[in-house]
Formats: sequence, structure tokens, C-alpha cells
Amino acid sequence: MLALESVTYRYAGALRPSLREVSLTLSEGEVVGLAGPSESGKTTLCLVASGLAPRTVGGTLTGRLLLDGDDAAPLAIHQLAGRIGIAFANPATQLSGVADTVYEEIAFGPMNLGLPRDDVIRRTDDALATLRIEALASRHPARLSGGQQQLVAIAGLLALRPELLVLDEPTAQLDPAGSRMVADALARLADGGASILIAEQKTDLLAEICRRVVVLADGAVALEGPAAEVLADPRLEALRVAAPADVRLSRAADVARLPAAQRERLRGAVGS
Amino acid sequence: MTLATVTAVVAVALGGLIGPVILVTVAVLGPALAAGVAGSLIRTTLLLSLPIAISAVLVNLFFFPGGQTVLLQIGPITATAEGLGFALEILARILAISGAITLFYLTTRPGDLVVDLEHRGVSARVAFVANASVQTVPTMVERAGQITAAQRARGLDTEGSVWKRVKGLIPIVAPAVLGSIAEIEERTMALEARGFTRPGRRTLLWHPPDSGAQAIARWLLLAGGVAIVVARAAGWLPWLG
Repeated sequence: MLALESVTYRYAGALRPSLREVSLTLSEGEVVGLAGPSESGKTTLCLVASGLAPRTVGGTLTGRLLLDGDDAAPLAIHQLAGRIGIAFANPATQLSGVADTVYEEIAFGPMNLGLPRDDVIRRTDDALATLRIEALASRHPARLSGGQQQLVAIAGLLALRPELLVLDEPTAQLDPAGSRMVADALARLADGGASILIAEQKTDLLAEICRRVVVLADGAVALEGPAAEVLADPRLEALRVAAPADVRLSRAADVARLPAAQRERLRGAVGS
Repeated sequence: MTLATVTAVVAVALGGLIGPVILVTVAVLGPALAAGVAGSLIRTTLLLSLPIAISAVLVNLFFFPGGQTVLLQIGPITATAEGLGFALEILARILAISGAITLFYLTTRPGDLVVDLEHRGVSARVAFVANASVQTVPTMVERAGQITAAQRARGLDTEGSVWKRVKGLIPIVAPAVLGSIAEIEERTMALEARGFTRPGRRTLLWHPPDSGAQAIARWLLLAGGVAIVVARAAGWLPWLG
């Protein structure tokens, strides 16, 4: 569905590329996680995968972005809007800033596409229902919590009915309650068959919703494979990526040589 | 908006004291009373116009060129009756203009205005810029409040003398402005990813109701405004001063 073929990307004025020969595929209904330390290229990869780089950001790109096997290069950014949705870390900057209600905020994208009014309403209603935020519909977007704003931002993308979602650290600026709210919504989207590329430093979230994980280091793919294997890989520490809590717990239990029954109790305590 | 525009233009064209005073009464206070916003209108208008009104009155009262009738002498400075008269005329115009703008602000939701403008063919980008500019103000105020609290927690003194307050402004204004600029790129990308740059008309979910009577009232206002301006220019309204 989405494929990056040997993508190298350099920001305008940068001395070296932020992405180097990155290849990645995202199939229909697949949820792929992007992990890596700060400055490893996660955000840049999200911008390239969404088509914003180099169209909006500038810079130079070599390699290809393919959508359903076709080169996306000729497509304008508004043509990509209905196919790829991208959300960023800061929920406040993703709101249009001109909507008086959450309903209007979510309808903003479909309205921009010039869709028939009934279609805009149907899409907005569906997006509210999918993320279970109907109760927020009449609230002012600026008066919501960070977690609620992020859900509204994601709902605004869902209303565009994109083929895939690119989420760049959607919980990075949220408190634990907001992070949980967004993580639950993403888990439901993943269960519902959405195609999602999600960059996150919180590997617990990746372990929860991703089938496959790619770890970036210095702009290149360092590890790639099934989520459970990659997130338990001992090389993660050297790549400055914290393993999920259950993996760290398991390692600590190994070191302490805890019996199986105690391990289970600990795992249960962490899980709750 | 038509009423505010016509009132402001007519206030400038009329000049004198009687005209703007009638204008304030009929075109500003009257509609404000009808809309139930007279109290807010008076408070906001006075707050808005006070600084410029005080300076205009003082300058004209004491430095009006050619003033003959001395009202008061303080050392080398002389207040004249001619200066006072001119100052009151300026004050009446300022009150008419700021009152009209305040009435428009108090009785119109920015969202309604922008949707209506877009419905009438104004480009979506122009409408967005107009709306975003208004809607950003509360966010900026909130951000400035947070920055002020953070800077105070780190020992910044924003109380006391005027000089201290001015000095305290820099560490507050700089992060507020720089923070907003830093967000522009991400905001732009988010807008583009939601199809904002698509050429052609946007879908509008609704537009404010506009009855035939409202349209007639707007045209009458415009015609009345033009008539007053023309009459004034032709010298047909000498009794207005």
C-alpha cells in the first residue's frame, strides 16, 4: 500500500541527510511502529511518508514514495490529503484555530476537499463515533485537555478517510491520562483494521498496538521485524531505545532468578 | 459590519460636534441598547479610546494654533476656548468610530462573520487569515500569562515602577512571539495535510441567516451614508457645524 524505496532525504541547508537509504513498507491493515532516539530520523520519515517532505518542508529527496504501487511524486499535497493523514506531537498546532466547536474542527478537512455537505456531515459523525468523542462535539477545541485535543486532531484526519495514518509521537506531549486516552483510541483503530505508521519513543505503546517495528539510528534502519522480537532485542539499549516495561521486568527477574510464580505476579501487577 | 463602516466613514465626513454626537446616539447607543450590550459597549469604548482621546484633548486644548480666547494659563502654556472646541469635535469623532467598531465586535461572532464572507465569495484563505487573527488573540493572551507566571517563578519582577514593568516585558514578549513563530511550520503542515491548499471552493456547512429585511436595511444604510457624505461635501448641512 505505502512503500518507501531507498529514500534519502536532506533538509535544505543541512550538511548531511536526515534519512539514509531507508526502505519500508506498510501493508493494508498493518500497524508499523517507528522507534529510535531523538534525532534518529523518526519525524523526518513521517514527513516523507506523508508527502509533506519535500513538498511543504523543502529539502531534497532521492528514492521513491509509492502509494498502491504508483509513484506519489506527481501528486500535489491536497491530493495526498485524502489518502494519507498525518498527526504531530503537539495537539494544539494541529487544530485549525478557526473552529468554534469540535464538530466544525473535525469537518474542516472534508470541507476543504469541497465534498458534498451531506458527505461532510456523515464523515464527521463517523469520525466522532470511531474515536468515541461524540460528547465533545459542541465543545470549543481550545478548551479541551491535551489528550482530548489529540483525539480531535486524529478524528479530523479520520474524517478525510485516508488510506493510512502517519502519527508522529502522538502521545509525546500528553500527561499519563491523555496518553492512555490516545493509546486506547489507537488500539481500537488498529483492531478495526486501520493502516498506521506510528513513531513513538514510548515502546510500551508500540508493543501494545504494532505488529511490526522499525528502529532508526542516525537516519538509517538499524532493526526491523516483528514487534515482540525487535522490542526484546538486547541491541535496543545500545541504540538508546528503552525496551517496554514487561521486557525490562522480565530481564530484571532473570537477573534476580525469580521463580515463575513470582514473575507472573509481578507481570500482573505491572499490567494492572 | 455595514453599520460600523458607514458610521465610521460618516463620522469622519461630518466633522463638527453636533453631527458625531447625533451619530453616536443614533447609530451606536441606540442599536447597542436594542442589542442589550450598552453597558459593555460604553466600558469597552472608553477603555479603547481613552489614551488617544486624552492625548488629543490635551494637545488641542493647549497647543491649538491661532487660539485667541484664553481659558487658563499655566506658565508658558495657554488653554484656549478654540482649542477646547476643536478637542471636543475630535473626541466626538473618536467616540463615534471606536463605538461603532466596538458595537460590531460585541454583536458579531468572528466565526459567523467569516462564514458569511466566504458564502459571499471571499476567498477561503482570506477568510481563514481574518478568522485566525481574531481567534489567536485569546491563545496568545493565555500563553503570555503562562510565560509571565514562569518568569515570575524564576524571579522576574514585573511589578512596581513603569521602568521595571517595561524591563519585565522583554522576557515575556520574546518567548511568546518566538514560540508562536516556531509553531507556524507545524501548523502550516497540519493545514496542508487537511487539504487547505486545494484550489476551488470549500464546502460550507451553514451560513448565518440573512433576511430580505436585513438586506434592505443594509442598502438603506449605505445609501444614507453616501447621501450624508455628499450633502456635507456640497455644504448642504451647515447647521452641523
